Amino acid sequence: MSTHEVASAPVAEHHTSTGLDNTKLAMWAFLGSECLFFGSFITTYLLYRNRVLDGPTPHEIYDIPFTSVSSFILLMSSLTMVLALAAIQRGDHKTMRVWLACTALLGMAFIGGQVYEFTTFVEEGLKISTSVFGSSFFVLTGFHGAHVTVGIFMLLALVGMSMSGRLGDRHEGARKVELIGLYWHFVDIVWIVIFTVIYLIPTN
Amino acid sequence: MATAAYPTRRGFFTRPRSTTGKWSWFFTVDHKKIGIMYCVTAFIFFIVGGLEALAIRSQLAQPNGEILNAEVYNQFFTMHGLTMIFLVVMPMGVGLMNYLVPLLIGARDVAFPRLNAFSYWVFLFGGIFLYSSFFLGGAPDGGWFGYAPLNETLPGHGMTFYALGLQILGVASLAGAVNFIITIINMRAPGMTLLRMPVFVWMTLVTAFLLLFAMPIIAVALFELMFDRAFQATFFDPTQGGDPLLWQHLFWLFGHPEVYIMILPAMGIVSDVLPTFSGKPIFGYNAIVFAGAAIGFMGWGVWAHHMFTTGLGPVANSAFALSTMFIAVPTGVKIFNWIGTMWGGSLRFTTPMLFSIGFIAMFIIGGLSGVTHSIAPHDAQQQDTYYVVAHFHYVLFGGAIFGLFSGFYYWWPKAFGKLLSEKLGKVHFWLMFLGFNLTFGPFHVLGLNGMPRRIYTYVEGMGWDFMNLLSTIGAFVIALSALVFIANVVITRRRGEEAGADPWDARTLEWSTTSPPPEYNFEEIPIVRHRDDFWHRKYIETPEGEPARVLAGGAVATHEHEAGHGIHMPSPSYFPIVAATGLPLLGYGVIYFNSTGKALLVLGALVTMMGLFGWVLEPGAEERV
Amino acid sequence: MAQAIGPWSVILRSISISHGDGMRFLDFRQGGRARLGALVGVLSLVAVACETGDAQDVLSPAGEFARSPDRLWDLTFGIAVAVFILVEGILVFTLFRYRSRPDRKASQFHGNTKVEILLTAIPALILAGIAVPTVSTIFDLAEPREGALQIKVIGHQFWWEYQYLDEGFVTANELHIPTNTPVELTVEGGLIDRVTGDAQVIHSFWAPRLAGKQDLIPGHANQLFIEADDPGIYFGQCTEFCGLGHAEMRLRVYAESGSDFEQWVSDQKSAPEAPSGGSLAERGQKLFAEGQFREGLNCAACHAVEATPEDVAPNQGPNLAHFASRDTFASAIFKNTEENLKAWIADPASVKPGARMPALGLTESEIDAVVAYLKTLE
Repeated sequence: MSTHEVASAPVAEHHTSTGLDNTKLAMWAFLGSECLFFGSFITTYLLYRNRVLDGPTPHEIYDIPFTSVSSFILLMSSLTMVLALAAIQRGDHKTMRVWLACTALLGMAFIGGQVYEFTTFVEEGLKISTSVFGSSFFVLTGFHGAHVTVGIFMLLALVGMSMSGRLGDRHEGARKVELIGLYWHFVDIVWIVIFTVIYLIPTN
Repeated sequence: MATAAYPTRRGFFTRPRSTTGKWSWFFTVDHKKIGIMYCVTAFIFFIVGGLEALAIRSQLAQPNGEILNAEVYNQFFTMHGLTMIFLVVMPMGVGLMNYLVPLLIGARDVAFPRLNAFSYWVFLFGGIFLYSSFFLGGAPDGGWFGYAPLNETLPGHGMTFYALGLQILGVASLAGAVNFIITIINMRAPGMTLLRMPVFVWMTLVTAFLLLFAMPIIAVALFELMFDRAFQATFFDPTQGGDPLLWQHLFWLFGHPEVYIMILPAMGIVSDVLPTFSGKPIFGYNAIVFAGAAIGFMGWGVWAHHMFTTGLGPVANSAFALSTMFIAVPTGVKIFNWIGTMWGGSLRFTTPMLFSIGFIAMFIIGGLSGVTHSIAPHDAQQQDTYYVVAHFHYVLFGGAIFGLFSGFYYWWPKAFGKLLSEKLGKVHFWLMFLGFNLTFGPFHVLGLNGMPRRIYTYVEGMGWDFMNLLSTIGAFVIALSALVFIANVVITRRRGEEAGADPWDARTLEWSTTSPPPEYNFEEIPIVRHRDDFWHRKYIETPEGEPARVLAGGAVATHEHEAGHGIHMPSPSYFPIVAATGLPLLGYGVIYFNSTGKALLVLGALVTMMGLFGWVLEPGAEERV
Repeated sequence: MAQAIGPWSVILRSISISHGDGMRFLDFRQGGRARLGALVGVLSLVAVACETGDAQDVLSPAGEFARSPDRLWDLTFGIAVAVFILVEGILVFTLFRYRSRPDRKASQFHGNTKVEILLTAIPALILAGIAVPTVSTIFDLAEPREGALQIKVIGHQFWWEYQYLDEGFVTANELHIPTNTPVELTVEGGLIDRVTGDAQVIHSFWAPRLAGKQDLIPGHANQLFIEADDPGIYFGQCTEFCGLGHAEMRLRVYAESGSDFEQWVSDQKSAPEAPSGGSLAERGQKLFAEGQFREGLNCAACHAVEATPEDVAPNQGPNLAHFASRDTFASAIFKNTEENLKAWIADPASVKPGARMPALGLTESEIDAVVAYLKTLE
């Protein structure tokens, strides 16, 4: 009967044809799909950024120093994420929780910056309905913000699971943290692209 | 066991235990049950979409038809298209993939059983959501392609239901795609190398990759439409500088791979059915696999042939005309290989075989009319006429639907342990074959005679009367054939012939287990040594190159007395259906974006989050009682 | 009929049933929607059909811009039929030859590389053979034509506006062109629907016997060349789904010999004659231009009666200059008769779904007067 036990693949996370973990592979596949998702929104933005029939233009409204700071904050969260993973790989739950909480806090700071930016833009006359530039800006950065928010929830869930002892042993815990880490790094990298494409490439 | 990693708890996170009975279907994570639910649901939608088609054909049977008015007609043709694409052909393919892929690769289940259940419930709720529009002020009425800016100027909630309904269905497809990719890459039995996989598994893999990369693109288009319609964004509003062509590019960049998403599973089915009933291995396995992958790749480079009349300019039109022509090459390779598979064989004309042959015969016609679309200057004459309608029905009905029915007849005995009646099956096939050609053949003539698509009426004297009448008669013959199929199912249920494990003398692993297979699929995970491994267990090749039956080879192990003892399968789960329930609530919340709508949004988000929360925290499996 | 009919069109036509014998007008919808008892008792509207069963026959090109795609079609369709017969023939042969028999053993081969390469190469070569003329035709059709007549086509829900750019006048639904002259249509979706204020939607201009279709996309101007060899009426309709009235957004192209066309142009530019004093038509004119109907509107709020550019401005509905000389109205779906006009004015949307012209609530006698006036717009 021992063969049966080993071969009951669906619940066993090891023993895969490639030797790679199922969930990690699934996350990679999902992130591949996400590339097309953000790619399409970025394409829309590039098509529309110069079409301002009404309201402020990108050049007039962007506050690049401010956004650079919030971008830097988000990038730093990738660093703390790496430190969290390193901690759990050592089996150090407590340090991991600290770094995960830091990551989540940095993410929240970024979201706070985005909320501030959106509010300011609306006050300055750029709304989702103002122009196609407004629509594509808010929806693209808004969806990115939503991704960061989901990431924050997942980070907090990891912290919670660790505190209640549901995160699993060192190996299992590291697997979960790495999985969420993949997502978090991806969201950061997407922001680098968005920041470059939206804020740094000059419009005419 | 991995279950050891999870504390087993009672209370909120308890997993349901029963795997039999009515309620077990709601919480099952068994890929076979989910596969059956997919197929049954899709078949019900097939009937609904078919009834819409009958209404459309009745309206057009004569000039100046009085059966549907323009308003209802527009809703019907839109919903007919959406239904057949998103609620019939795709989920039927997914249903068969669900049932078969683990069996074909020697696995006990898919990689993520709960995600699989989630996909199904999201699909079901998405379909119901879309259809609820009929009772909430009118269904989508801008065509399945929903071109901008008509998609935002149409009044009512119809096109908002379109934007959100397809979005929900997309979630199901995306989750399914990830699941199948990982299952096929990671869950193969020992020895099941990629180039030993049955062709159907290969086509599933290609389809899943197409879904993975196509779904996010349509998701973006639909989100942009949703923001335009519900939140005053201006993405497609030309008065604000929005570009209607952006919608077309996004839509067809998804839409053309979508065509292959629909046809590739059927091609896979045919590639597995033909060898069985020809008594031969498939001809040119590598070529047929690579052709499928090539179609998958090239499918990304042809989208603008849907836009030849939008004024893209001669350079773009030439490029897309050429890419469209050359995607016919791998398609042709497949057809030749199917004929090569039958060549030299000993052909048994069972019902599944007939449907597969029907598939090839009709797909040739659809493929050739596809080549005539690629000559862009003449496509400007064909575009948006019934000639195009003829083409894609030959591909999607003569192709995909025939292939899917071939699969149903072929695998029915595996799933239910009883053979469908061959006699009724053949009546079904011939009626459907006749009705199909009677319905869609005349469309070629109508289109070339200048009849546009999507018109609810036409006047006498255009030369369209007779062909339209013929087509309507054909549509009712198809309806009759569907009734024969239903009768076949009902009769078989009551007194069908017992199938046994391997009724067709087939070649692939699913036939090495019992019919229906146990929940854990295989007593022991098979060790695969050949392509068509099951065949090689049954036959050895004599020195003359002829197959000889191995005594007792391929005998199905049925240790009834201790079946499944010690095999841990994941327990059923409440949470996939719970998480899925939230999505349509979010949809309604956006559509009715007032105080009730906002409450619905919050409720939907809470339900989904609760579902996911429970999902993550529930134990991997519950002890069986 | 056109001279250059491809061999395949003959085959195809022979299996379609032609109804053609002369101009026939048909009863149009005698059912519920057409019963406008309030107006003239039980009235049957008369719609305009076309001359023959081949009015929109793609395979009967009547000018160069339809003929060159047709030549491509003949080539491709010929090859397709040959391939069809060959491949389906081999398929049927295989089914018959290798059907299961008690003595038949399936031969166990897995493939044949040479045959497979050959069967990949042959289709590729055939397609390359089609590709060359296709590409050259695409570029050919995009070439600018010297001395082409310039007309701008604007699509509305659900009718066509034609602006003769060189001549400086406007007309609707019935396009007049000279024979044997290339006509360059600049097809454009308007940005804003002048009736509803909504964004305009995409339409597609298609007169199959004169050329392939070209989409009218808001914010994009596309070029389409048409030409007719012989005088005659060429039928067409909108082929991009545009809403409720899509099926009834038809059009006609009148090809006229040079002098007839000149005559028509000068007629269009002339001002309409005022109706004689005291006549019913004079009362109609007053109602048309000054009446106060629903919401204070009258006909002139949307319709101009002079075709010259100064009158184009309030042109929310079709320009009605020389309306009485037109064969049809409402996007070429109704014959221009008094009965039809009366039913139309009484309640447009009930006889043409989706029509944007409002029912202004004119009384029966007011409608009679307006129709009498319209009939004077020769």
